[in-house]
Amino acid sequence: MNSLKNIVQDLSLKVVSGDIEREVSGGYSSDLLSDVIANAQKDDIWITLQTHVNIVAVANLKELAGIILVNGRQPEDATLNKAKLENILIMLTELPTFEIVGKLYEMGIHGKKRK
Amino acid sequence: MDNLIKATSKTQDLTYELKIQEVMDVNYQIVNSSMTVSSLREVLRKKRILGVPVVDNDELVGIVSIEDFIKCMEQGKLGETVETMMTKDVKTLFADEPLIHAVMKFEEYGFSRFPVISRDTNKLVGIVTKIDIIKGILKKLETVDQHEEERRYRASHIFQDIIADEISIQLKYYVEGRNFDKAGEASTGLKKTLNRLGFPPEIVRRVTISTYEAEINIVSYTEKGEITAYIDSNQVKMLITDKGPGIADINKAMEPGYSTAPGWVRELGFGAGMGLPNIKKFTDKMTLKSTVGKGTRLETVINLNNYRNENK
Repeated sequence: MNSLKNIVQDLSLKVVSGDIEREVSGGYSSDLLSDVIANAQKDDIWITLQTHVNIVAVANLKELAGIILVNGRQPEDATLNKAKLENILIMLTELPTFEIVGKLYEMGIHGKKRK
Repeated sequence: MDNLIKATSKTQDLTYELKIQEVMDVNYQIVNSSMTVSSLREVLRKKRILGVPVVDNDELVGIVSIEDFIKCMEQGKLGETVETMMTKDVKTLFADEPLIHAVMKFEEYGFSRFPVISRDTNKLVGIVTKIDIIKGILKKLETVDQHEEERRYRASHIFQDIIADEISIQLKYYVEGRNFDKAGEASTGLKKTLNRLGFPPEIVRRVTISTYEAEINIVSYTEKGEITAYIDSNQVKMLITDKGPGIADINKAMEPGYSTAPGWVRELGFGAGMGLPNIKKFTDKMTLKSTVGKGTRLETVINLNNYRNENK
């Protein structure tokens, strides 16, 4: 298990909401919310470019470890407020998805193999 | 101490929530400055303490520790008074300060105890050590846990406590169409309620995920709809209805990837054509009826008795 704290430090992520005192078991990257609902696992870190408030609901429902918003995207105000309210971790990076996923993979964060 | 504070966010919260007065020792020992060093030794020995505040006429005038005493002993000054050896510039804490201030001061000065002063009267009201802080946090954690457990206990026994041949709970949520800012509120509300009722986490996850997808469908395609959960001791049945445009080809709609979602819905990350397949995936039974121009009625069932076999 990797701790979010290490990830945040090593990848210089900017934390805008939520709590980094948590472990990460894997990762999932997708911009389709239903796809995330279907395939992300509990305690995954989710990499997306979606900034809408519904990402908070999805992270909450799937009990994800946190969300990384890529390409320097900022969460919408409603998203940020909701994330703070529900204590959902949102992190920001200037890197595009491919780069950040690569770095996470190097750190030992892997996606779960499909059966 | 460092590790304790970093251990969990709950502990961290508590160091801000708890006041020093809630954890400090109020049955503390004091000495006065005219006491001899050898009598001080007796006090420290008898009370098994490593330091003690010095109080004259109700005023805190200093603090002495076992280190001060050892120094005196080395220098053969056992006959002298406490006044000559005590630390006069005493670092103190106010009783109404949060625990985190104490933690910070312990780190800053490396002392093992601080006298606690009342902000109103400026008088000594207690002593706080690192042990007091740890004990205080542990005690608070215990009571927080207990409350949580009691609440859970009461809720989860609702089915056993109510005497009836059959019990069912009905929860209704109204969903506003076209408004993605509120989308998900019904499912999150339902999730919280099921958690409070003490349902297994896996059941809660499956119910809320399938409900969320249905809720998103109402928001994406209709003006408004209703979500009703019927919970009894065997199952959670969900009834999701709307008076929207209806689904022309249900078989097609059930195919993963098939979607009729408009562009604005897709931009928000929805409309991937996986909503209905997801609902099917996360429920034990799914019945979908729809009439074009009239509306859609979705019924799902999640069984409670075989929830362990959920990886079907």
